Amino acid sequence: MQASETTVDAGEVAKFEAMAAEWWDTEGKFKPLHMLNPCRLEYICAQIAAEFGRTRDGKSPFAGLRILDIGCGGGLLAEPMARLGAEVVGADAAAGNIPVAEVHAEQSGLEIDYRHTTAEALAAEGEQFDVVLNMEVVEHVADPAAYLAACAALLKPGGLMICSTLNRNPKSFAMAIVGAEYVMRWLPKGTHDWSKFITPDELFDLIRGAGLEPVDRKGFVFNPVLWKWKLSERDLSVNYVTASTKPAE
Amino acid sequence: MDNPARRRIFGIMKHDSDILIVGGGLNGGTLALALAQTGFSITLIEGRAPTVGSGEFDGRSYALALASQRLLKVIGIWEVLDARAQPILDIKVSDGRAGEGPSPFFLHFDHAEIEEGPMGFMVEDRHFRPVLQAMIEASPAITLRSGSSVVAQDTIPGGVRVRLADGTDLTGQLLMGADGRASGVAERAGIARRGWSYHQTALVCAIGHERSHDGVAHQFFMPSGPLAILPLHGNRASIVWTEETQEADRISNLGAEEYLEVLRPRFGDFLGDIHLDGARYHYPLALSLAERFVAPRVALLGDAAHVVHPIAGQGLNAGLRDVASLVEVIVLAARRGEDIGTIDVLQRYEQWRRFDVVGLAAATDTFNRLFSTDNPILRLGRDLGLGVVNALPGLRRGFIREAAGLTGEVPRLLQGRMI
Repeated sequence: MQASETTVDAGEVAKFEAMAAEWWDTEGKFKPLHMLNPCRLEYICAQIAAEFGRTRDGKSPFAGLRILDIGCGGGLLAEPMARLGAEVVGADAAAGNIPVAEVHAEQSGLEIDYRHTTAEALAAEGEQFDVVLNMEVVEHVADPAAYLAACAALLKPGGLMICSTLNRNPKSFAMAIVGAEYVMRWLPKGTHDWSKFITPDELFDLIRGAGLEPVDRKGFVFNPVLWKWKLSERDLSVNYVTASTKPAE
Repeated sequence: MDNPARRRIFGIMKHDSDILIVGGGLNGGTLALALAQTGFSITLIEGRAPTVGSGEFDGRSYALALASQRLLKVIGIWEVLDARAQPILDIKVSDGRAGEGPSPFFLHFDHAEIEEGPMGFMVEDRHFRPVLQAMIEASPAITLRSGSSVVAQDTIPGGVRVRLADGTDLTGQLLMGADGRASGVAERAGIARRGWSYHQTALVCAIGHERSHDGVAHQFFMPSGPLAILPLHGNRASIVWTEETQEADRISNLGAEEYLEVLRPRFGDFLGDIHLDGARYHYPLALSLAERFVAPRVALLGDAAHVVHPIAGQGLNAGLRDVASLVEVIVLAARRGEDIGTIDVLQRYEQWRRFDVVGLAAATDTFNRLFSTDNPILRLGRDLGLGVVNALPGLRRGFIREAAGLTGEVPRLLQGRMI
């Protein structure tokens, strides 16, 4: 499933441009993702810079790093990584997202290798990355242990996986399902199945089971007064993010 | 990714500069330097042709808040200006009527009450502008286009394009308008303005005086409007006062000696004999706010975003706060790999500045209306009020810190830190 095989019919371009505009409309249906994005990026960039000894104030600080974004959607994480100089592969199981993300990357003047594929398929092909971004995916997969094993196989020794998901407790049920889906209508109803949510300790056990070493975890906390997300050391009660490394050989 | 058909459809965009700035005044120039030092390439577009100043004092000077001075320090301008700047060691605010001198209850701000040293600095335009100009010309990251006016601007995928009067097209990720109260950048972006006139005019001049000012700035509130005496290097001071527009027009048309005759009784003889030094200026006062400070790929700053009553000398300081906030927002976004021209990035700057600026406009307006009165009851209340403020050190420190620009969520450049 190479991106070069994804042919774009000129007649389809207008449709994809409209869909790209929808993905990237900060007031549109992906508004909650856009609101969370600076906070997610801040965590991802800080972890990558620390792990690979990069300073963040130069041009192309992530040059030479190969990064995989699983569940790339419209490219909300893949584009920033490419802009910071990384070689980026964006993978999405939804075929329709690929040309949409490609159209937007071209408009942004960025080279990104988007592929309609899965973590398991990429691992089977023997692909290897310095960084695997695994953001808000694990709560949607059928078999988290098998999925995380594929993510671990995709990492080079010494590589870094960033994994975020939703905690499972009464508060996350209230916030993510009732709040985001029903009250705020930020997300379509049925986006999440609360029983699939994973507690931080469960996630750490799954990550260790996949052969990775968890090194950090933080919460994403929404401040309704400032109307923005912040990273929290202690509050992992709803959205949280983790960093794990693959031991060097 | 080598699909030749797709290349023909889209084509990769390469911008002339990362950021285009329209307006090469003090705000635009400082912004260009700060952005260049954080790694961006800049095209600075200035309508006026480059001029070589005579170096003679022309009467123009600026009261820089401590926070503004820190910004200039971080970007390397201050070390050149320092020897020619006059520290403001103390500010005395009092209520007075022409010929009567200050009232006994006066608000006495002393820099010893805040830990950061002087409360601010007086800098002359003839010193500030050439240093800024030289640093801009020396910066390899800044392309200066003087004598160029912008005739059109529009957003393009991944950027913004402006057309100059000579037909040149320039593109960047982001366009910043530092082009003053009649901002063309704002108008072309469809940003409307609101405001009103105060029917007052500020009269500005500089004087030489007999006795030392000891670094003390004075602000008197006269029935016609406030009068400020701001210490300059040596035995000189900058005077700013306001009058009803009709009266101001009459005064500014007077000869030098008659002008001094009007000025003298307004602040008494505590500086000894005075004479005029440099040119005189007058500016009709008006409040003008852009309805938005940002649009897709466009950010406004300085007078292009907001013109406030200059009662506390906050115009340039507010502009430099814009510079510091905008640079911080843009740099942090770029370091996360975000597209710096998108509206959700730019709205962080607007949110940061909007409250501060609208608050400042409202505060200076109320302050001016309260103090520009001859009503004896209001005058008494004011005198007592100032006496009470003086008796409460904590409250007074709060006023000083606000005036020095040290409150609120302070941008890193205003704290003297590089981003």
